[in-house]
Amino acid sequence: MASGPESGKGFWKKLKRGLLMTHTEMFGRVEAAIADRAFLDEETLESLEEGLIAADLGVETSQELVESVRKEAKRFEGGDLSRLRDHLADRVAVLLLDAPQPPARPAGRLVTLLVGVNGVGKTTSAAKLAAWHQRHGDRVLLAAGDTFRAAATEQLELWADRLDIDVVKQKAGADPAAVVYDALQAGAARSADHVIVDTAGRLHNRQGLMAELAKIKRVIERTAAGWKKRTLLVLDATTGQNAISQAREFTRHVAVDGILLAKVDGTAKGGVTVAIARELRIPVMFLGVGEGAEDLVEFRPREFAEALVG
Amino acid sequence: MFDGLQDRLQGVFKRLKGEGRVSEEALQAALREIRLALLEADVNFRVVKSFVARVRERSIGSDVLESLTAAQQVVKIVKDELVGILGEPGGDLRLTGHPSVVLLCGLQGSGKTTTAGKLAKKLRESGRQPLLVAADLQRAAAVEQLRQVGAGVGVPVLGPDDGETAVDLATRVSREARERGYDVVVFDTAGRLHIDEALMDEIAVLAKSLDPTEFLFVADAMTGQDAVKSAGAFGKLLPLTGVILTKLDGDSRGGAALSIRSVAEVPIRFVGVGEKPDDLEVFDPERMASRILGMGDVLSLIEKAEKGLDASETERLAKRMARREFTLEDLRDQLRQMRRMGPLAQVLEALPRGGPFKGLDPSMVDEGKLTRVEAVIDSMTPREREKPTLLNASRKRRIARGSGTSVQEVNQLIKQFRTMRKMMKKIKGGWLQKAMGG
Ligand SMILES: Nc1nc2c(ncn2[C@@H]2O[C@H](COP(=O)(O)OP(=O)(O)OP(=O)(O)O)[C@@H](O)[C@H]2O)c(=O)[nH]1
Ligand SMILES: Nc1nc2c(ncn2[C@@H]2O[C@H](COP(=O)(O)OP(=O)(O)OP(=O)(O)O)[C@@H](O)[C@H]2O)c(=O)[nH]1
Ligand SMILES: [Mg+2]
Ligand SMILES: [Mg+2]
Repeated sequence: MASGPESGKGFWKKLKRGLLMTHTEMFGRVEAAIADRAFLDEETLESLEEGLIAADLGVETSQELVESVRKEAKRFEGGDLSRLRDHLADRVAVLLLDAPQPPARPAGRLVTLLVGVNGVGKTTSAAKLAAWHQRHGDRVLLAAGDTFRAAATEQLELWADRLDIDVVKQKAGADPAAVVYDALQAGAARSADHVIVDTAGRLHNRQGLMAELAKIKRVIERTAAGWKKRTLLVLDATTGQNAISQAREFTRHVAVDGILLAKVDGTAKGGVTVAIARELRIPVMFLGVGEGAEDLVEFRPREFAEALVG
Repeated sequence: MFDGLQDRLQGVFKRLKGEGRVSEEALQAALREIRLALLEADVNFRVVKSFVARVRERSIGSDVLESLTAAQQVVKIVKDELVGILGEPGGDLRLTGHPSVVLLCGLQGSGKTTTAGKLAKKLRESGRQPLLVAADLQRAAAVEQLRQVGAGVGVPVLGPDDGETAVDLATRVSREARERGYDVVVFDTAGRLHIDEALMDEIAVLAKSLDPTEFLFVADAMTGQDAVKSAGAFGKLLPLTGVILTKLDGDSRGGAALSIRSVAEVPIRFVGVGEKPDDLEVFDPERMASRILGMGDVLSLIEKAEKGLDASETERLAKRMARREFTLEDLRDQLRQMRRMGPLAQVLEALPRGGPFKGLDPSMVDEGKLTRVEAVIDSMTPREREKPTLLNASRKRRIARGSGTSVQEVNQLIKQFRTMRKMMKKIKGGWLQKAMGG
């Protein structure tokens, strides 16, 4: 549901509150152990690990985080919970920063290619990103690069209409690379600052479809000389460890520059992005926080880390 | 990416037996591996916990651990338990109403609209008169999407009139379907978050007014730990009758199936395996269990093979292989048959990752290359196909020109074909049974 423009500012608070609720059980136990000045025993540490796994951080990252607590267990015993939380958030933030954070709005004319598996939120995110850049004063043009899925073009057109943005399209079944080519030509002719390209959802294990995407990217490289280019992978926050596989395959074919993590407004927070940052060095750049045009916020590693670990 | 659980357990038992340790310790280690495998497959940690406890109980009570095949036996226990939780195989929809209503619900983007089209097609093919209803007034162009999906499968679509809400639509749907001679209504709804009270109330109202014979929760197989929360909430708030799991054509392990089944307490009925209207299969718990354990979806592969391959043709090839008469002509036939099974990467994806396929990376297989191989063989004369030794330099040049490839590629193919023939003499078979835990 569209939650209006308040969602931007109030969002980080909400995110933390939502996560706190999911983590109360875990920290309840940890807190009790600390308050009793008892040792951080194995059982407590295990519930800590479970809490982290529950945030989709993955077994490996969760175990490493717990290990870092175990090593300095003395520091957290008898203290208050906030010290432990701070420690975990620091660690997670450091892992997230393994992937350097590019600017959300680089200087100069820009082409953004949005890619991802089916149904993660690419088209909606294209609209949200367009609105975001529009708010920052950019002249945006949308390219309806999904010529495959039923009514994908109509969906993007409707958004373009609402935002009063031009959209370049062709008929269903057309070559998406040709649509993108047209859009880039139009972008140059109409002196747009930013061309945002929507693409059809595709599973990362479909070689033919990945090759099609690589072709689109080549067209952008060739046609938009002098423009800055970036490829954003849209991930669904509810997705589990498979997101690593998605990131690996997409980046193998089209060199992903950043992640747009959609649907963070549910109860899932996409902890798997931490593993992606450290393993593949791909940073999260935006968060999708609802279905409205305004529901996109810039990523902030430290706040996100805090929210993830409770 | 992950080794099968059986491989892992084999390692554990070998290590610990070798050191002459007690079986209790071996079991501990095995249970840790099981926990890990399930967590990596995205099964919810709470579900994993109770699952591991059950496997422990069953293993301790028996003499499993003393046996020489402890790893296989523990895997069997794990698989049995998994199959047990995953529940009965899916099957036909319950259609007892006049008309029967099939109501779909789920989170955003899970695949409801696409699945509505797939179900409508299935119903139509079984002789029913389905009507699709587009009641998603939330997402941009959702009604138009269903209209196109419906047109694609030849099923009419009823949409909202101006100003009508989903609830308004629900109240008139049954009467209208009856009057117009439809006997099943497939009702598509907007995606919604389980924590969105207003929309959860709305779907409850829709359900009340439609009184569906099937109320299906459509869920994405790639879902992580959150599956218990979303499916749990939908299951608790709504009188669901079943689950449809989508996007199983990906490479996710699909642990969400277990999580969802544990909390929603309704059977999984169908699985989505692609974007096209035919890409819907009946749920099979055995297959799902193998997939979660990383043992490969051997059964679906066999089924696909059966669909794609002509049995007598296969037999003929097998005989020729055995007699080492396998020629380039046969290779081409095989390539063609394989293609009928579907995209190659997808076929390979279904293979278990152990045995002869260890280290095989399906994503590395180049479909375009195979097309070129076929083109090269096409450009040969029948005699050349029977007897590749005939291929001298000028013939190779002709073939390269004819197939739009290069002499190098022709050479490469001939070389590969020779290696293949050599390998065929060595294949002993039996890996399939092994892979299936037999
Ligand atoms: N709650 C929530 N829903 C979202 C968000 N982003 C997108 N959605 C919803 O997710 C669903 C799918 O979004 P789309 O933008 O169509 O996804 P897509 O990736 O373009 O899908 P395909 O093109 O079919 O692969 C729609 O119902 C969107 O409204 C988000 O940040 N939060
Ligand atoms: N690969 C694959 N894609 C699927 C499958 N089922 C659906 N999809 C794709 O997933 C995306 C979302 O599907 P939709 O049917 O629009 O999902 P939805 O649940 O109706 O989405 P909302 O109405 O926005 O909540 C589309 O790109 C579909 O083509 C499947 O089994 N496999
Ligand atoms: Mg789209
Ligand atoms: Mg839909």
